[in-house]
Amino acid sequence: MNIPIEYYLVLSAFMFVVGATGVIIRRNAIVVFMSIELMLNSANLSLVTYSSYLGNVMGQLFVFFVMTVAAAEAAIGLAIIIMVFRNKLTVNIDEINLFKW
Amino acid sequence: MINLIHLTVILPLLGFLINGIFGSKIKNEKVIGIIGSSTVGISFLIALGAFFQTLGLPEENRSNVVTLFTWLDVGSLNIKFSYLVDQLSLVMSLVVTGVGFLIHVYSIGYMHGDKGFWRFFSYLNLFIFAMMNLILGDNFLVLFLGWEGVGLCSYLLIGFWYDRKFEKGTVPQAAKKAFIVNRIGDFGFLLGMFLIYQTFDSLNFIDVFSKAASFPVNETTFSFIALFLFIGATGKSAQIPLFVWLPDAMAGPTPVSALIHAATMVTAGVYMVARSAIIFASAPTIMVVVAVIGLMTAFFAATVGLVQNDIKKVLAYSTVSQLGYMFLACGVGAFSAGIFHVMTHAFFKALLFLGAGSIIHAMHEQQDIRHYGNLKNYMPKTYITFIIAAFAISGFPGLSGFFSKDEILWNAYANGNMLMWIIGVATAMMTAFYMFRLVFLTFFGKERFDTHHTHPHESPKVMTIPLTILAFLSVVGGYVGIPVLFSGEGGNQFEEWLKPIFAPAQRKLEIYGSHSHFEEIVLMVISVVLALGAIYFSYVVYTKRKDIAEKVSHQFSTLYKILLNKYKVDEFYEFMIVVPIQKFSEKVLWKIADNKLIDGFVNGTATIVNSTSGVIKKLQTGLTQFYAVLMMFGIAAVLFWIIINL
Repeated sequence: MNIPIEYYLVLSAFMFVVGATGVIIRRNAIVVFMSIELMLNSANLSLVTYSSYLGNVMGQLFVFFVMTVAAAEAAIGLAIIIMVFRNKLTVNIDEINLFKW
Repeated sequence: MINLIHLTVILPLLGFLINGIFGSKIKNEKVIGIIGSSTVGISFLIALGAFFQTLGLPEENRSNVVTLFTWLDVGSLNIKFSYLVDQLSLVMSLVVTGVGFLIHVYSIGYMHGDKGFWRFFSYLNLFIFAMMNLILGDNFLVLFLGWEGVGLCSYLLIGFWYDRKFEKGTVPQAAKKAFIVNRIGDFGFLLGMFLIYQTFDSLNFIDVFSKAASFPVNETTFSFIALFLFIGATGKSAQIPLFVWLPDAMAGPTPVSALIHAATMVTAGVYMVARSAIIFASAPTIMVVVAVIGLMTAFFAATVGLVQNDIKKVLAYSTVSQLGYMFLACGVGAFSAGIFHVMTHAFFKALLFLGAGSIIHAMHEQQDIRHYGNLKNYMPKTYITFIIAAFAISGFPGLSGFFSKDEILWNAYANGNMLMWIIGVATAMMTAFYMFRLVFLTFFGKERFDTHHTHPHESPKVMTIPLTILAFLSVVGGYVGIPVLFSGEGGNQFEEWLKPIFAPAQRKLEIYGSHSHFEEIVLMVISVVLALGAIYFSYVVYTKRKDIAEKVSHQFSTLYKILLNKYKVDEFYEFMIVVPIQKFSEKVLWKIADNKLIDGFVNGTATIVNSTSGVIKKLQTGLTQFYAVLMMFGIAAVLFWIIINL
């Protein structure tokens, strides 16, 4: 049975919107972080979908890069969050406003 | 040797660099002194060599240009750094390096023990460097370079003892005065230079003068050029109205007064006028102005000299007066007589100043002649040389001053008029009078100083030998220019030598010696008799009948006070120019222009930026998610724009 491409794309878009919403409305930095991962993965899903649909391996190759970057980013991001927590005793993103005028 | 002429400029520069950079490390006065003097001495020898080489050339080949490099090349303005070696510049270079060398040697003795010994010699060398550029430059710009350079050195050397008091103010004030007054003149000179370039499209002497001699340029242009150049000359050569700096320049060490403010730098104006003779000759009105200003300066400075009590002040006014003579000569078209007087004056005035320095040295910095007396017993060498110089400047027959001064007076009569001659002779009389007033008050009579505390002594050899050489030159220096009257066939050698330089100007002025020798002899005898009379009168007044001077000064107390206060020219300038400028600067330029306009503009810009950013900065909320939203909108907008443009 062949699943139509629209299904994949709709799922990807949905994941992206969930991720974006999470980034915008959640206060906890770790959850914001997870939302970003969700957005990255939605993008990955789109890439794999098109790769298979167009019969071009480049899309899948690109996904590996995205996953690598995501892993690196997660490592650094979590390290930052830990440091922030040590200093401010909170990871609430609206309480960390050092750049405010 | 002509090809080596640039060494006469480079050597003093080297001396300046060596003494200026390493002087404070050397510590040994002898080494510093020898470096300073020998560079100038070698320059003198090279100039002498170039002179004899030129002498051996036929007359039409005596003007040579030595080019070092191209200085500026912009559009039609092409200025080469080159030196013009001709009759006029050779005479001047010999005087500058020759007298300069003697004064350098003298300074070794005079400045002995001064904490700024090395500084003094490096400045002196720098001065010679600048002065040689002024003299040798073959275009107005190189001349101007030297012109400004000597002004700088003059400033540095007047202010040499910068921590001392001078009269009512301080030494640096005197130095600043000299510099600022000179700047006024320099401004005139600069305008003249611009006008020359605009008119002749060149600044090169040879180009400009040949065009000036042949081009039909209208007289107004020439008049303006000549007037501006002459304003420059009044500043540098201390003529009315810009002479006020020279008496104050006496704040410097005495060798400086001798070298810069008597023998060399102040004659730069005369040199410049003589060099541009053809331009002046094309502007007869300005020639009259030059002659009249020169005559007035000579006369008024001499009257002031009559009553001054500071030995250097008397000599300073005497210098101003003698410079007036030189301009008188130029003004009546006797340029070679002017240059001749530059030369003889350099000898005897340098000698007078150095003698004065020797006296001041012996009297522990006392400069008031009322506190001298009977010094002939204490310092015989200084006495003899000083009196020779006094005779020379008074025009005693046979000495150098006689020939040059008489030449000028004769020309004032022959090419000018009787009145000029009368005023000139009156000035000569006054000169003789005040010079011998100085001699009698200083060397004769009783000691008027505290003999217990002050023990005058003759100066060391390093000082008296230059005095002796200068005394010799003061005696024989005039024999290169014996008037036609005495020399007959050969003519005036000095005038013949300079003739090719001034020939175009003379042709334009149409000066032909139409007066008889009989007149010349009569006038000469009159002026000599009057000068001798003045000397005798001064002898009576200051040695025999001291009451006369007292009586006269009481009887004409108003006049006496006016003269003693130097016609209050300084006060007048202070009141008319300096104070208004200061007030204007303070009230308008500072309080309004600077504080309100400029500060207002700068601060206003800052205020506008600040208040604008006060509104915009609110965007920086510090909320990460707010930024994220803006970013998403931004990306969405960009994507949207790309899609509709596909």
